[in-house]
Amino acid sequence: MDLTLNNILKFVDLPQAVASRWKDKARPRMDQEKLRTSIICDPGVLQELCGWLFSDQRYSFATMVVEEEETEWVIRYIFYGNLGGGQVHVTVRFPLSRIKVPSISPRIHAADWQEREIEDLFGLLFEGHPRLGDFVLHEEWPEGVNPMRKSFDAVRPYSHKELDPDWRPRTILEAPGAFMMPIGPVYSDFAESAHFLLETVGEDVIRTIPRFFYKYRGIEKIAEGLSVDRVLFLAERFSGTSAFAHSLAFCQAVEKICNTEVPARAKSLRVLLAELERLRHHVATISGICSSTALAVAASQASILEEELLRLTCRFTGHRYLFGLNIPGGLAADLGDDQCKEIGEAAWDILDNLKRLQEMLRFTSSFLDRLEEVGIVSREKAVSYGLVGPVARASGVSRDLREAQPYSDYGGRLKFQVPREQEGDGYARLRVIFSETEQAVNLIHQIASSLPTGPVIMKPVLSKGAALGLSEAPRGAAFHWVCLDEKGTVTRYRVMTPSFVNWHGFHLAAEEFAFQDFPIIMATFGLSNAECDR
Amino acid sequence: MTKWVFKGLQTGIKTTAYPKAEETAVGVSPGRPAGAEFAREEEARAVANLCPTSALAGVKDEILVDQARCIQCFRCKREKQQSLTWEEGYEWARFTAESCRLDKPFSRSLHIRILDAGACGACMSEIKQISSPYYNIHRLGFFITPTPRTADILLVTGPLTDPMRLPLEKCYEAMPLPKRVIAVGTCALSGGIFGPSFAVGAGIGETIPVDIEVPGCPPPPLATLHALLMAAGRSGKRQKKGRA
Repeated sequence: MDLTLNNILKFVDLPQAVASRWKDKARPRMDQEKLRTSIICDPGVLQELCGWLFSDQRYSFATMVVEEEETEWVIRYIFYGNLGGGQVHVTVRFPLSRIKVPSISPRIHAADWQEREIEDLFGLLFEGHPRLGDFVLHEEWPEGVNPMRKSFDAVRPYSHKELDPDWRPRTILEAPGAFMMPIGPVYSDFAESAHFLLETVGEDVIRTIPRFFYKYRGIEKIAEGLSVDRVLFLAERFSGTSAFAHSLAFCQAVEKICNTEVPARAKSLRVLLAELERLRHHVATISGICSSTALAVAASQASILEEELLRLTCRFTGHRYLFGLNIPGGLAADLGDDQCKEIGEAAWDILDNLKRLQEMLRFTSSFLDRLEEVGIVSREKAVSYGLVGPVARASGVSRDLREAQPYSDYGGRLKFQVPREQEGDGYARLRVIFSETEQAVNLIHQIASSLPTGPVIMKPVLSKGAALGLSEAPRGAAFHWVCLDEKGTVTRYRVMTPSFVNWHGFHLAAEEFAFQDFPIIMATFGLSNAECDR
Repeated sequence: MTKWVFKGLQTGIKTTAYPKAEETAVGVSPGRPAGAEFAREEEARAVANLCPTSALAGVKDEILVDQARCIQCFRCKREKQQSLTWEEGYEWARFTAESCRLDKPFSRSLHIRILDAGACGACMSEIKQISSPYYNIHRLGFFITPTPRTADILLVTGPLTDPMRLPLEKCYEAMPLPKRVIAVGTCALSGGIFGPSFAVGAGIGETIPVDIEVPGCPPPPLATLHALLMAAGRSGKRQKKGRA
């Protein structure tokens, strides 16, 4: 790895290199702040250019955004640098009549699911993609109807194909003597709706084929034509357990479009609340992991802490899941300095309890036996699937937007570390989650003791434009692309979530395992279907 | 393993006294708007206009609240703190008809199947809390069952997305009689901010009959607990009639 690091260009040299490498086929332009390079690219060199950015220059793939303009398709591929680099936006344009576009997923596997999603929702065909077909829209959705097209009416309920109740998804068995064990969409006690087909020969499961989007609510489509105010609700409430992180990403996109400078106090408080949410989410995940191994006392201990955090959040912010706080320009309500100190103290107590819990878990062999070497994701796979969040960090990929693309108050005066483990198994993921709770509490403390004074809201004047907002949600990187018109209504909204990305890589961990490990692998991933399906 | 036993004992009892006594801990519920009366009609209308989901309606000098539409965005509360009544509490469940209470044999124990019909995760997270030590439904004779075939109660969250319609119907049909359906959360009651649209309906009532409604975004664990007690006919005198 160190050898190839020498070939990585500085971000400021990137436009020059692209221009000389692809001559007139790619036209790069860097913005004034030197944070973003836009490359307008010919379809013919798209795959090569994106592959070069991803593999040779080590840029991470964030998302692809399709926009239907009056006469042409605009497809935007967004990359971001991990080694101090900014964002790279590669755009290609096609006439609207053309629906065949080049696929980049042969070079960038991380784009695999996103291309499938776009094929389903826009009806664009990606040439060279091996698996197109029903993905987001299931079998009851009529073929050839693409809801993300501008001509499709989002508000009207849509009539569907009548489905045979005995319909089963098509399955292909590979191992001799194997059969398919279906799980879901209604399964387990509190599980979110999703479907898993396990190819098994009895006790051993050979591979897992997940089927998602049972919870597809089409928020990207219903957001179109709504005011910023209303889309904020969608951004906040499509994934209730990471509401603050997603509304933060959305608000930052709007603020960027409108050139709004968020007051310093709001920036700090946003970090405090985002870390509080991360802490609560991770405690819930720890509880989930403990109960998946049937360690009831530990699971109870963690869920006591989770409820305490929920009550704490409600006491100071009014809502148990931080709904209704983020608004473009800052926060809807202020927190007093004393209240922040109290949150800090309470978080300290929670961390204390968590540390004791971790210490006990560390010496419980029956628990460790079930986590160690279970659900391994290798570093190479984590890179090629572009995994994010604690899952990636447990496989040796220290990818964290708070560090790579600092926003709000991160990257300035606040000190924090990005925990990383190498093994990529269930126990490594648990350790990363425990370490992240400690970092979160540290951050809460740093802010509580040094809160800037002043207002918490600077109302933006809505203007036309488009921007990317991002935040490191508890489960990993979240990207919200927002387009506004002159009147301040949203014309295009694109959300890429960490659960979507990490569910893509879930099958890597769910291969060649004993049947009873399935809930454990699920719990250590700690993903949400609501966040994935959108 | 003995250390875990001691750890459990050391922690003591965290469980709420509800339903024997009211739960007074701070932060168990975000509360909700409860309507208000104003001196002038315009004032009532001004407050109603603050509501982005039309949950508040200004009727003459009064504000009526349609709890099935309220998403607890706090806009009315933050803007008009003095004039609007904000109801703290959690006993929010209500019958769609009086006959929805289960018969006496079910009053001691119920088995519950939970179904996620497209919920955002917050509702599911709150429902998960009812079996955690703080709320512990097992002490009240309520149990979560993995199969609808042994369930008395179907607890549904979410606005009902298209792919979940068939699983919901199948799940409902598989339950033995008598059965009751509890719709949890604003989305399940009215479609919330998502529906009706091309992808989701206007709540689960369009597909299967709902017996008990639990409004809230999300309803706190105690509201769900209240709904279960109501289904079992044990909510007693504590049950209050909501407005509108």
